[in-house]
Amino acid sequence: MPHDHHDHDHDYGLSPSGHPYRADDDVPLTYWQTMEIAVRELLVEKGITTAAEIANQIDDMDARSPAAGASVVARAWTDPAFRDRLLSDGSQASREMGFEVGPMKLIAVENTAQIHNVVVCTLCSCYPRNLLGLPPDWYKSRAYRSRTVKEPRKVLAEFGVTIPTTTEVRVHDSTADMRCIVIPARPAGTEGLSLDELSRCVTRDSMIGTGVATAPT
Amino acid sequence: MPEWQAGSQVRVKTLMPPGHVRTPHYLRGKTGIVERILGPFPNPEGLAYNLKSPSLALLRVTFTMAEVWGAEAEHPNDTIEAEIYAHWLEKMET
Repeated sequence: MPHDHHDHDHDYGLSPSGHPYRADDDVPLTYWQTMEIAVRELLVEKGITTAAEIANQIDDMDARSPAAGASVVARAWTDPAFRDRLLSDGSQASREMGFEVGPMKLIAVENTAQIHNVVVCTLCSCYPRNLLGLPPDWYKSRAYRSRTVKEPRKVLAEFGVTIPTTTEVRVHDSTADMRCIVIPARPAGTEGLSLDELSRCVTRDSMIGTGVATAPT
Repeated sequence: MPEWQAGSQVRVKTLMPPGHVRTPHYLRGKTGIVERILGPFPNPEGLAYNLKSPSLALLRVTFTMAEVWGAEAEHPNDTIEAEIYAHWLEKMET
């Protein structure tokens, strides 16, 4: 069998490429799904919004990606005055680069030899979507949300990030109106790189704190 | 209403109100240091129910793992920073 699949209860047989067929999603709508459809249809019927406006909004959300955050980080690595502005007022500094953070405010925190920052939202799934796009599923999982504030070093080790005991791990729990982005440490050997090349060193996880930026190989 | 200052020692109140609350249980009753003062932001506890909500200071508070988890802390000097609304905090006498 080419892949291991353990998460299906029923056997629907295998496709010609060896993948199990997924069961059709033939389940009734939940109360809240019905409510969402009803409210949406009413808003459209009453001319308050249009189906096209809703579709555009979804497109806008889908278009956001970690590339925005990576360009902010690359600028902070190369422009010390911008780095200072980003650390003192993240919302204003990202607006300066054309990334509007909306009603939520942005806090940028910097990884150094002394401090490794990692971001979690224990209460729900707050995430700097304007700079990073949609959060990964694991970010919303109960395991990540509960363990990161209790045993961050174990969680980071599972992501392949081992923090020396001489470095403080600082966990940022996004409990309220601010959204948090990590400025990872600039990798060694990247002195001559352009802004574009630098931003490609910056991964999504490095801006959550569950990864590090790495030089191109 | 106390004057909040970065560096002040504060304790999270041990309230248990019903409804939409943005103060995690694991920080209630814990003591930390104000890192910076943010806001004012309208109180989400009312906002969630479409009630007129007064704006409040929001404070970023730093807690040590030793304070939050006691002897079970993975690494006592590591820290947690969270945003706590002013009405959840009491200033410690120093």
